[in-house]
Amino acid sequence: MSGPDRRWLAALAPVALLVVIWHVAVVASQSLIFPTPWQVVLGLVNLAAQGLLVKHVVASLFRVTYGYLLAAALAVPIGMLMGWFATAHALLNPLVQGLRPISPIAWIPLAILWFGVGDLSPIFLIFLSSFFPMVVGTAAGVMTIDRKFLRAARNFEFTGVRLFRSVVLPAALPQIVTGMRIGLGVAWLVVVAAEMIAINSGLGYLIIDSRNAGNRYDLVVAGMVTIGLIGFLLDSLMRRLERLDEIRWRYET
Amino acid sequence: MRPKIDVRGISKTFHTRRGPIRVLDDISLSVGDGEFIAIIGPSGCGKSTLLGVLAGFEPPDAGEVRVDDVPVREPRRTGIYIFQQPSLFPWLDLEGNLVFGLHGIRAEARRALVAHYISLVGLEGFEHAFPHQLSGGMQQRAELARALMVRPEILYMDEPFGSLDALTRLRMRTELLRILSRERHTVLLVTHDVEEALQLADRVLVLSPRPARIQTVIDVALARPRSLSSPDLLALKASLLKELGVDESSEGAP
Repeated sequence: MSGPDRRWLAALAPVALLVVIWHVAVVASQSLIFPTPWQVVLGLVNLAAQGLLVKHVVASLFRVTYGYLLAAALAVPIGMLMGWFATAHALLNPLVQGLRPISPIAWIPLAILWFGVGDLSPIFLIFLSSFFPMVVGTAAGVMTIDRKFLRAARNFEFTGVRLFRSVVLPAALPQIVTGMRIGLGVAWLVVVAAEMIAINSGLGYLIIDSRNAGNRYDLVVAGMVTIGLIGFLLDSLMRRLERLDEIRWRYET
Repeated sequence: MRPKIDVRGISKTFHTRRGPIRVLDDISLSVGDGEFIAIIGPSGCGKSTLLGVLAGFEPPDAGEVRVDDVPVREPRRTGIYIFQQPSLFPWLDLEGNLVFGLHGIRAEARRALVAHYISLVGLEGFEHAFPHQLSGGMQQRAELARALMVRPEILYMDEPFGSLDALTRLRMRTELLRILSRERHTVLLVTHDVEEALQLADRVLVLSPRPARIQTVIDVALARPRSLSSPDLLALKASLLKELGVDESSEGAP
């Protein structure tokens, strides 16, 4: 058996074990409401057949895309300014560190007040949740650039935009990407919560609606499994980005 | 002849929390075009600070450094600083690092330059290797090639081989001599290795303990390549060690 095969087996074995325990527990407890793994699979198939699975997944991804990209577009430049200019750091860092610990969930009432119950509210909440990890990661990335790189660039007479593009950005890129990976993870966590407020699409809606409309716990768990799988996929994509030659150097010794 | 580098009475004091520390004390010096100067002194005496001031990275508190009669205020690409730890950009491959300092040069000419300097430092076949894939000696050679790419007139070398193992260090010394015999540069080399200084330099500057003053200048009027075991070199080594306060005859004595 080759290395990758063995890794897959190692990753799937605990999952298989969990599924078995889950099945046995449901059967043994004779629960009428909690679904077996197989019922969840049927639920997933059912949702897929009706086109609902794709619809809700697309709705959630759409909100995450907007909120997240907006956050990245603002967080990376602001983070770079904070990392490079001591004045920008002194001005903005206390604000960032004060807002950062406030859970996006706490913002829900304000989001509804400002943006109503349409798509804008969840997009705003996703923006908030992913903005801070990306600002902090980017600023830290710029502040911890090894002085010797800046010294070499200065020796070759790099200044202004060229210095930023050729040295500051690539030197900070590994930490910027890590910040973006964390930001995306948080965004995906928050979209589900945000969709539980009066909205009629998305995986969060699917979960809350399945419970409210007849205690369909098979569909609740099916929604949760889907969230887990997509989150895992998004994280793998970002990790693949971290393995590019331009970024990986930061983690080599 | 007009000197390439003219240093007039530079002094520098660092202000620390525990009070001022005078590092450089009234250093004057004049370096000819194409001359190789080694700067040696006890550790912590301010050798690197001196080199940093000469290259324009730090301003002196008093005095002035002139290159070609022009005051030095900022580091220039006409004088490249080579540090003990290679500062190759880890996100660029070797070729990317070599062309880093070049701009406004056509692709053809750039390729020719890359090929020339990669072969000069003996790194053929590693054009697309990233720095972390190169050994310490190879990184230091790549660093030298990147510096030479911009055709600098002066090389400021701050213990460039200090982090290499003894064998690689010897090999790099020979390499440097071979490269300099093809492309003459004015070189200022900070080192704490007496043999390195004597094998490479035209003149050896001995600095005093802090605050650094020029204690002695030793002329090394020997033809290159220089054997470390030649009587002339051994004699110079003995007097240089004496200047540095190391008495060889007492070493190993009870």
